[in-house]
Amino acid sequence: MLKELSELPGVSGDEHLVSDYIKNAISGHVSEITEDDYGNLIVRKGDPARPRIMLAAHMDEVGFMITGIEKSGLLKFKTIGLSPQVVPGKRVIIGRNKVPGVIGNKPIHHSKKDDLEKIQEIKTLSIDIGANSKETAQKIVEIGELGTFDTEFREQGDIIYGKAFDNRLGCYMLMQMILQTDLPLYYAFTVQEEAGLRGARIAAYRVSPDLGIAVDTTSSGEWPSEKDVPLYPVLGKGPAVTITDSSLICDRNLVRLIEKTAADHNLPYQIKRPMIGGTDAGPIHLTKEGVPSAVVAVPARYIHSPMSIASKKDVDTGIKLLSLSVENMLKEYAVKS
Amino acid sequence: MTLLDTLCTAYGPSGREDKVRQIIENEVGSLGVEIKTDPMGNLICRRSPKAARARGKKIMFCAHMDEIGVIVTHIDKNGFLRFTGVGGVFPEHIPYQHVIFESGLTGVIGLEPRRDQTKPLLLENMYIDIGARDKDDALKNVRIGDIAAFNRSASRIGDRFTGKALDDRVGCFCLIETLKRLKKNDNDLYFVFSVQEEVGLRGARTGAYAIEPAYAIAVDVTLTGDAPEAEKMEVGLGKGTAIKVKDSSFIAHPVVKDKLVSIADRLKIPYQLEVLNRGTTDAAVIQLIKEGVVSGVVSIPTRYVHTTCETCDLGDVDWTIKLITAVAESGLE
Repeated sequence: MLKELSELPGVSGDEHLVSDYIKNAISGHVSEITEDDYGNLIVRKGDPARPRIMLAAHMDEVGFMITGIEKSGLLKFKTIGLSPQVVPGKRVIIGRNKVPGVIGNKPIHHSKKDDLEKIQEIKTLSIDIGANSKETAQKIVEIGELGTFDTEFREQGDIIYGKAFDNRLGCYMLMQMILQTDLPLYYAFTVQEEAGLRGARIAAYRVSPDLGIAVDTTSSGEWPSEKDVPLYPVLGKGPAVTITDSSLICDRNLVRLIEKTAADHNLPYQIKRPMIGGTDAGPIHLTKEGVPSAVVAVPARYIHSPMSIASKKDVDTGIKLLSLSVENMLKEYAVKS
Repeated sequence: MTLLDTLCTAYGPSGREDKVRQIIENEVGSLGVEIKTDPMGNLICRRSPKAARARGKKIMFCAHMDEIGVIVTHIDKNGFLRFTGVGGVFPEHIPYQHVIFESGLTGVIGLEPRRDQTKPLLLENMYIDIGARDKDDALKNVRIGDIAAFNRSASRIGDRFTGKALDDRVGCFCLIETLKRLKKNDNDLYFVFSVQEEVGLRGARTGAYAIEPAYAIAVDVTLTGDAPEAEKMEVGLGKGTAIKVKDSSFIAHPVVKDKLVSIADRLKIPYQLEVLNRGTTDAAVIQLIKEGVVSGVVSIPTRYVHTTCETCDLGDVDWTIKLITAVAESGLE
């Protein structure tokens, strides 16, 4: 399941292959699946309970969009959620025809010294699909089509390697909870998170939860450094629990509950580096009259790049921590009718 | 200590407003208002005619309880704390300031003497010293994610009041005083003490959604143009309350602005019209809730905003209370 989820193409704006895969895997294990007009998959498991809890994981990955086809057959593109430095020289797959291409980098033999020291701007780069004219290219790709990095998923022991760990690992965790537990919950597989936390906003409005948790993948902090600076979370020490990020200050009681759950069950976990990054919990907690929310995320190295590295143990611990925390939330926030 | 001193001195950075909320609840508890705390932590005080059919329109007054602060991101091996900002924390404003955590733990902010002084000053060049001997010693009292507020008691300079967190405890003070002085009102009044304004106007958004007011007036600080080399602005200390025309995210609804001006003229309340270049208030999100809320802002002119020396004129504060009380009693129609 991890391999399929990682390799499926699903850049913000067209997540349908990912949502089809998820629907197939979970149907038969859930009470209701609704797909809204933007492609959010909203899944209800069990009878509606109070508190109404919504877990959200975004299906979209960072990638490219084709913006022009040159006379030469080279493709101009823009990036979605990517910085320029991870782009040159990378292998990509474009569009519904799964056309292979490369973001051509001038070979070192032809480069001036200055070229080698600059970060190339996206507008100076092109995707080469091997077409030698605009007509040839137009037969197999279209302006507006989306592309992803071309990365094969691999594993060795506990370590997994692949693209789109942000946030197919989160989708995987929710799917495993659906398949392995009976917790009465709403699961939202959201769209367009990388483009601005958009799908979660409308999914949360529709579900109107009492409590929310975003389940995501977060950048690990491990870098070689001589300075004594923040270098966490790290692989292998468990999922990262957020206190604050740029999109929300998590509800203190929920964070306390999650940390206590981890302590009571001896589950390793880490604290996410404060005020960095944003998740679906941002729009979720500001829905309607406010929704106390939290974030649990698996650390991965090199998110938003062709290949991330993560630990399967962290993913499994994350699933356990979420399941046990939700059990506690259902008890502690039970509404007496 | 006066109530204003108590409010400004209290610990309450964004997301950690409990102590401030407690102080306000104690002050308004006996005033015959319906009090509740919503899921985000906003304190909502409703003052309404008993008979439902006697109630006019819903009017929401809003002042935020939170102040800017700093959050611990790392504890180094010698027990020094690295941090980043909560809300608009400007690096130039904070070296060598005192800070205090929710537990009462105190510290001071140090600045790296060997930093590269040809580059702009960054929060990364600073750290908090809590007097710990090493990392383990520090970990007895603090952890990653703990939030500290600036620690400064309020005082007087001449006739002016100075301290930290006038933004927006002076606004909260004005709403509390309004509740105390309010005599009759025909409208359904909501006094909202909001959370998390400094990190994105968050509490006001959900608070306004729940209330669905017809009108809203935020009460917050505004800058002044009357100190040396200040950015040009007409507003200054000692010239009265400020009625906002526009700021960087908000244009005051003419109905509210004109009503405030006409009340001020009638009651001979000195006022200034305010255009703020950079900065905004809770009103910017309240006005866009659901089908829209007719909104305005009354401001307290304040020098040195987002420092520990925020300074206002107590006469301006009193005129602000008089104006808000009057509009609460008369409504906006």
